[in-house]
Amino acid sequence: MEVCNCIEPQWPADELLMKYQYISDFFIAIAYFSIPLELIYFVKKSAVFPYRWVLVQFGAFIVLCGATHLINLWTFTTHSRTVALVMTTAKVLTAVVSCATALMLVHIIPDLLSVKTRELFLKNKAAELDREMGLIRTQEETGRHVRMLTHEIRSTLDRHTILKTTLVELGRTLALEECALWMPTRTGLELQLSYTLRHQHPVEYTVPIQLPVINQVFGTSRAVKISPNSPVARLRPVSGKYMLGEVVAVRVPLLHLSNFQINDWPELSTKRYALMVLMLPSDSARQWHVHELELVEVVADQVAVALSHAAILEESMRARDLLMEQNVALDLARREAETAIRARNDFLAVMNHEMRTPMHAIIALSSLLQETELTPEQRLMVETILKSSNLLATLMNDVLDLSRLEDGSLQLELGTFNLHTLFREVLNLIKPIAVVKKLPITLNLAPDLPEFVVGDEKRLMQIILNIVGNAVKFSKQGSISVTALVTKSDTRAADFFVVPTGSHFYLRVKVKDSGAGINPQDIPKIFTKFAQTQSLATRSSGGSGLGLAISKRFVNLMEGNIWIESDGLGKGCTAIFDVKLGISERSNESKQSGIPKVPAIPRHSNFTGLKVLVMDENGVSRMVTKGLLVHLGCEVTTVSSNEECLRVVSHEHKVVFMDVCMPGVENYQIALRIHEKFTKQRHQRPLLVALSGNTDKSTKEKCMSFGLDGVLLKPVSLDNIRDVLSDLLEPRVLYEGM
Amino acid sequence: MDALIAQLQRQFRDYTISLYQQGFLDDQFTELKKLQDDGSPDFVSEVLSLFFEDCVKLISNMARALDTTGTVDFSQVGASVHQLKGSSSSVGAKRVKTLCVSFKECCEAKNYEGCVRCLQQVDIEYKALKTKLQDMFNLEKQIIQAGGIVPQVDIN
Repeated sequence: MEVCNCIEPQWPADELLMKYQYISDFFIAIAYFSIPLELIYFVKKSAVFPYRWVLVQFGAFIVLCGATHLINLWTFTTHSRTVALVMTTAKVLTAVVSCATALMLVHIIPDLLSVKTRELFLKNKAAELDREMGLIRTQEETGRHVRMLTHEIRSTLDRHTILKTTLVELGRTLALEECALWMPTRTGLELQLSYTLRHQHPVEYTVPIQLPVINQVFGTSRAVKISPNSPVARLRPVSGKYMLGEVVAVRVPLLHLSNFQINDWPELSTKRYALMVLMLPSDSARQWHVHELELVEVVADQVAVALSHAAILEESMRARDLLMEQNVALDLARREAETAIRARNDFLAVMNHEMRTPMHAIIALSSLLQETELTPEQRLMVETILKSSNLLATLMNDVLDLSRLEDGSLQLELGTFNLHTLFREVLNLIKPIAVVKKLPITLNLAPDLPEFVVGDEKRLMQIILNIVGNAVKFSKQGSISVTALVTKSDTRAADFFVVPTGSHFYLRVKVKDSGAGINPQDIPKIFTKFAQTQSLATRSSGGSGLGLAISKRFVNLMEGNIWIESDGLGKGCTAIFDVKLGISERSNESKQSGIPKVPAIPRHSNFTGLKVLVMDENGVSRMVTKGLLVHLGCEVTTVSSNEECLRVVSHEHKVVFMDVCMPGVENYQIALRIHEKFTKQRHQRPLLVALSGNTDKSTKEKCMSFGLDGVLLKPVSLDNIRDVLSDLLEPRVLYEGM
Repeated sequence: MDALIAQLQRQFRDYTISLYQQGFLDDQFTELKKLQDDGSPDFVSEVLSLFFEDCVKLISNMARALDTTGTVDFSQVGASVHQLKGSSSSVGAKRVKTLCVSFKECCEAKNYEGCVRCLQQVDIEYKALKTKLQDMFNLEKQIIQAGGIVPQVDIN
């Protein structure tokens, strides 16, 4: 510092200069001393200032400079005036500047220090962030590895692939020397080395599961460091040369399907585990890091989940395969059954058709035979033949009905009929048998039962006949009651709910008998084909056969329900059925339908007053035929169905014209039925004339075999109807004349 | 007045003959006419209205059966055709009857297109017949209103 070379003034005139120098030196010294004090003060104040030693040196340097200036006060020497002047000027300037600096420092240093403090703070913060970032990075990396592993593991649902992938990925991610998986054996008593990363494992290499080291691992969900010398870690031939790497083991829970049953929660303690062993490279100083262990644990969990998924999948695949097999078998069985049913129905239909013709011949001929002179034995035989044939014919009809019901080709033939008459007819038919068995039959028709209804009269009659017939058949004593009523809407039976509408109602028929009764457990079987309880079969009653099965189907076809109530064997039973019937609009016409209209006075005919019955399903044809006959002076009654015809026909009718146009033989049956009806009074039987679309040989033959007396070609004209009537009403003309 | 009656009677006769010649009607219709007497003065119209009712009902039945999606129940259609054939033959509706014969063949052959075609033709035919007969009855009415007698038409 140049101020050190201070010069004393030489002249008294220079005394002033000297004084100035003194003063300057003094101030310089003060400033010099104050600066380190300030510095020390502030350094003390803020602990963060880094260059403490430099400051101390600087302080010392300044103090020493100040000291030299102070010493100068006493060591003045005179100098030349010029020198003194320069000196003085320099010193004054120095004093001013140093003082100013000392004062400025008071202001500046705190700022400087606070900047420093902030910088330090930021540095610390940055370091902290770095650390945190490092942590996050580590975590992220672990997470990434886990994700990658999980992805690899989950990319398949095959357990072998899962396990293999796990080992490979773990080995790659953690740079493992070896990684192995021990699976429990079937018995659960040993662990078997199942998968290894690098070495072909020896076959059937097992260790007992009760080893302490295994228990230790299985006891916790964490990865556990184990000794490299423990049996589970000894995966390769031990060579003394190397220092073995550190080994950890972790359990892998094996979830089985049974674990998913909620009830099994308490038993989860008996969970089975696999053991995963991971080995770091030997001869490396690597140790297991915490995050690596965490990763291993997470992976073990993921493997467990993946394995459980695989197990579920395997299970469901097995179930699916099983179901598919069963399905195929069922399908096959169903197809076979369908084929069988079709074959059977075809067979039934064909057989029926083929058997019917000879059967009718037998019936017709044996009834003819009955009329001839016979010895009592022969008569008995003929009667038996006739009875058996009738039975057989009924059975054949039943079988055909049933097969048609089953293949759905049977449809109800709806028509208007008198319900009350139907019940009375049924009773009339049943009474002869009941009288023989001394069973009184009572019929109760509810007062609100409509008289004229729309429905399939034939089938309804069949149902009632069947049920009443069964009641008679199975009763030895007591009585039978038949009750018919309108089912009220609130009546509920079994699974069937009655919904009456404006134009329909439900007819309920109850047939109560005092017969053999039925075991309650046999009730469901009673409506199946050919069913008969053991106890019933031992009786000589002949069984319920097809009747109830057919009745049930008819009832179902009529949107109804049939059931049986019985108090048990020997206590009788009640058969009840509901069927849906339409309410006829012409119910108000009441009994007009059965009575022929008063015919117009005929003018051009020989047949005045001849009572004839016309049966034709076709309304137009019926009307025309009636018109023709009325024109000829006949008293004509018309009916639209076979059943009605059979019901209405009486000995008063001389001729019955019946339409046989519909294909099939059913139409001809009516002739047989009329024959049956008049078995007792043969001579009162009306003549039967078929109305047919053609009169070829086969039609004529059919007419003959069914006992018809003539054939009339449709459309019928006045002339040919007159001819036929004239021919017929002369001595009975059979087919020779035709 | 008489001239008018005579004209109407001639018109009626010509019209009736034309119906036979065009094949709308056959002898069976003549038979029906014969049956109409004092005892049953409206016999023919009664029978015919029944027949046309039948037509409407049966045709709608057949249309419904043929309209069903899936397998058509030809036997059901056939049954209706059979009915219609019987009805038409009974009233002497010759064209309808003839159509029914081929219709029935189509049914038996389960020829769906044929059935539909026949059904359409039958529908047209019976309506045409209805119109023709309506005209004929109107002529009859006019003759009667004019105080004349409906003439018997001898077709042969």
